[in-house]
Amino acid sequence: MENRVVVTGMGVCAPNGIGLSEFVQSLKNQTSGINFHPELKNLNFGCQIAGKPDIDNIDLNKYFTNVQLKGLNASGIVYGVMAGKDAWEDAGLTVTPEENPDWDSGVIFGTGILGVDKFRESIYKVDEGNVRRLGSTSVVQTMASGISAYLGGMLGCGNLVTTNSSACTTGTEAILMGYERIKLKKATKMLVGSCSDSGPYVWGGFDAMRILPRKHNENPEAASRPMSATATGFVPGSGAGALVLESLDSALERRATIYGEIIGGAINSGGQRAGGTMTAPNNEAVVRCLKSALEDSKIKAEQVDTINGHLTATAKDPAEIKNWSKALGRKGIGFPYVNSFKGMFGHCLAAAGSIECVGTLLQFSENQIFGNVNCEDIHPEINKIVDESRIPRSTLNIAPKIIAKASFGFGDVNACVIFKTYDFE
Amino acid sequence: MEKERYQKLKEIVQTYLPDDVSEDTIQLESNFTQELNINSANLVDIVLDVEDTFDIMLENEDMDGMQTVADALKIIDTKIASKQS
Repeated sequence: MENRVVVTGMGVCAPNGIGLSEFVQSLKNQTSGINFHPELKNLNFGCQIAGKPDIDNIDLNKYFTNVQLKGLNASGIVYGVMAGKDAWEDAGLTVTPEENPDWDSGVIFGTGILGVDKFRESIYKVDEGNVRRLGSTSVVQTMASGISAYLGGMLGCGNLVTTNSSACTTGTEAILMGYERIKLKKATKMLVGSCSDSGPYVWGGFDAMRILPRKHNENPEAASRPMSATATGFVPGSGAGALVLESLDSALERRATIYGEIIGGAINSGGQRAGGTMTAPNNEAVVRCLKSALEDSKIKAEQVDTINGHLTATAKDPAEIKNWSKALGRKGIGFPYVNSFKGMFGHCLAAAGSIECVGTLLQFSENQIFGNVNCEDIHPEINKIVDESRIPRSTLNIAPKIIAKASFGFGDVNACVIFKTYDFE
Repeated sequence: MEKERYQKLKEIVQTYLPDDVSEDTIQLESNFTQELNINSANLVDIVLDVEDTFDIMLENEDMDGMQTVADALKIIDTKIASKQS
């Protein structure tokens, strides 16, 4: 018998909200977290706006020891540790005492690139011939697995502790990897999620690719326009999202809060064939991934109440909607409700999947479907497939039972997870 | 002078103490890793802070011999003396 897997804790460090209560208010009220960043202007960026979590007033001593804070210059680690520790606490779990690790708890926490600012600091010192001055933490702040290593040690996890990386699919992939581990009874609890650093060194490459909006530097809140006819690119973002996954048995035994159940999912790649490239998806692979997720969940396409798309606000949004429609065999008024939170906080890259999954699950606890922003002018190609009423422009008081969430990434990689409400039997 | 150096060194060491070790624990004979429970990786950082504070440079062999607070003081004294001579 396989384990059923439920979500018992969540934490988030998002551009439009730190912590669950602030984040949920922002999603309900459609509050933007996208701002103008003078630093980007000074560096001659075309896109000078971004979604960056505002942690200026956060007491980091709540999350880190003084020694850990000394010389800490890796924003992804800060966001990831905040979200991860908050999720653990939210699940009602405690830190494992000094002597023995908890062998049944693990961490899969992904990132695209970590500790970029620390790495820059180190590069300057190395180039000056001053390698002896790097200090003791330049490695742990810049290794990709730094984030899972920090969290694993802080919580005392003794099961699998690792970091996955698959571009903008990372967060959703981490959730599915943790889900499988618990399902196969290799772990009881897994802290899963992802983080992404802030700043020009992370976002610069995307600006150079000219896939970020350049005409909204004066009105940042209108810049991120998923599904809109006037979308001109994705707004870069950063942050972290974290979920505690747990076997249903364990969750029931300790009477934990259950945000929802993961009933299945799928991960695949288009192999950069048949129209798929390093940066564009093979549509056939996307459709396969979405279909496999439904099969894996043993549900019919009609049962999906709402979709939280990848929908980044680039020219690819209509293709994504087409793929959903094909995979589900649903269109027009029969299409499920669909939303993208990126209109509010941009595209948080490696952190996108996990932050958005936290938001997706909050729709269960709020009995709502959160509204989209900046798509008053729905893209004509999307309009041909989906009835406008299925793209809520304000938050709906409709309680979804089953939600499909997908993320796609560079490298032609796809992931889709299916969440279901859990009714205590 | 000696006292001032000891005080400055104590301030450096204090930053690297685990949160559950009080600064009063720091004594001349305290062993950095065994008694003060300082993570051995952080000894590297203590050396860098010592270099900055006393404007001296420590070699690898100096670091190897730096087990206790007194060891560190002795190395600091020697380095400063050789700088002044």
